[in-house]
Amino acid sequence: MTDFPVVRTVGLSGVLVTFAEAMTGPANRAALAFRAVVDAEGLPEVRETSMSLVSVYVVADLVTVDTNALIDKLRVLLDQQDWYAAPLPKGRTLWHIPTVYGTDLAPQLEEAATVAGLDPDEAIRQLSTTRVRVLTIGFAPGQPYLGELDEVWNIPRQQGLTKSVPAGALVVAIRQLVVFTNATPTGWRHVGQTAFRTFRKTTAHPFALTPGDELVFPQVSRDKLEEIIAKDTSGNGGAEQEAIE
Amino acid sequence: MSRKFTVLSAGPALLVQDLGRTGYLAFGVTRGGAADIFALHEAAALLGQDPNLAAIEMTGMGGSFKSDIDTVIALTGAEMTAEIDGARLMWNASHALPAGATLKIGGAQKGTYGYLSVAGGFDVPLTMGARSSHLTAGIGAALQAGQTLPLKASKSTRAGYFITPEPRLDGGEVRVIASIQTGQFAPETLDRFGQTAFTRDARGNRQGVRMASDGEGFFTDGGLSIVSEVITEGDIQITGDGAPYVLMCECQTTGGYPRIGTVIACDLPRVAQAAAGAPLRFRFITPDDAREAELAARKTLKALPGKTQPLVRDPHDIDDLLSYQLVSGVISATSDP
Repeated sequence: MTDFPVVRTVGLSGVLVTFAEAMTGPANRAALAFRAVVDAEGLPEVRETSMSLVSVYVVADLVTVDTNALIDKLRVLLDQQDWYAAPLPKGRTLWHIPTVYGTDLAPQLEEAATVAGLDPDEAIRQLSTTRVRVLTIGFAPGQPYLGELDEVWNIPRQQGLTKSVPAGALVVAIRQLVVFTNATPTGWRHVGQTAFRTFRKTTAHPFALTPGDELVFPQVSRDKLEEIIAKDTSGNGGAEQEAIE
Repeated sequence: MSRKFTVLSAGPALLVQDLGRTGYLAFGVTRGGAADIFALHEAAALLGQDPNLAAIEMTGMGGSFKSDIDTVIALTGAEMTAEIDGARLMWNASHALPAGATLKIGGAQKGTYGYLSVAGGFDVPLTMGARSSHLTAGIGAALQAGQTLPLKASKSTRAGYFITPEPRLDGGEVRVIASIQTGQFAPETLDRFGQTAFTRDARGNRQGVRMASDGEGFFTDGGLSIVSEVITEGDIQITGDGAPYVLMCECQTTGGYPRIGTVIACDLPRVAQAAAGAPLRFRFITPDDAREAELAARKTLKALPGKTQPLVRDPHDIDDLLSYQLVSGVISATSDP
């Protein structure tokens, strides 16, 4: 079997550095740390970088860039340290995002709790106190995949799709949470509702979250959330943020 | 003084597009931009301007338009019927559009995406560094009848030129290189993929285009589920039913379906323009050959400005006089505004 990290070209669009075959905590941390170092390196041939759950995508024009030379540079960086044990990058933010669990605003809380083998109160306790990290952003602009939750939350996506969950929905499956950017059909179960906007396209900083940021979703009442929606027009949905030391 | 371009009536999918936005992959936003980039380059060559200026992309059907000021337009990409105040216009050409005249663009005769460009470009506001609509990202929207677009002041005097486009409207052979998951497909499956005569399915849009074929689907060995991984434009994704989807400019940034290969960038306009039912084949080439093809295509695009020719020429110079629509647009623009 292949030894990770694996370095491969992505067509002529760039180079992909992959730290594991499937999502693991250490591989995601490795990707996060390695991407930060590639960005800091400021290689002139690198146009932009992104990360999936376990890989770093280094975008370069491989039509004109010497592919092997770029791969060599990335390998030199890879050899610098054990990325699976690397500290997480600096400059990250911790968000506290007020969330209504269950009720008609998030009608699948009880169903998700049942699939996870928890009673609803315990499910809410766990979901509202677990600090999760942005593992990657994708599918829709600014939309975070958050994890990892305890193994008990390793629940599959439901067979059928929910026709539409609204923007700001907190959904759960496979030990991950997602806060939806737009209303969308989904197989993930809708357990909470926030007023947090992940994508604010007309502002100077259109994306609220960056991979590596951390989030908690404290429980609030429905009245409280409605009060927040009435007052907070920033897109933060009443969230508080603090710098992670 | 107002400089407005008015949409009098609109086909179902008129979108403002430029070359798209880069730098946002990490936040889940792909390039977007014109589905047929070549068409913007051809328009830019005709009008003598930057290919990144915003144009109107018309999927299958145009609309009718008028301008508040005298300007010059270019018509490129999918061939559509067009006229100004009743005078037929040649496609792949630039034409004067006098203030107040009505420009009518009909259905596509050949190809899928037609482009209406204007001297100076449509001056809609920048969103995240570009003017292009990106509907899956929630940026921009289809143009509606009655809507106006701001025009930039432009002194283009480039009315009355034509260009012979790179052929790409009828489908045909498309070159593919291996990508990160190609190795998950059995060699026989890859061979069969290269030998299959596909047609462009009716299901297709700016996110992806489905390929139809008679044979069985193209599945990976063991049908393993893979971890969601980065997508690049041109990736050929195999969905649950085994049919290939070529992912286009407005695709998602990551996906969990295996990808059998990647269409090289310079052949993507051919996929985009193939109308439903058009034949398509995929041929694997080496990365070196792909590089060579890309370099050649870039050279061609760079040379486009030198390839434009005046529409009105001495008839003695033209062998096949009747195939040229010599005077359309040019005359109507100057005689009776």
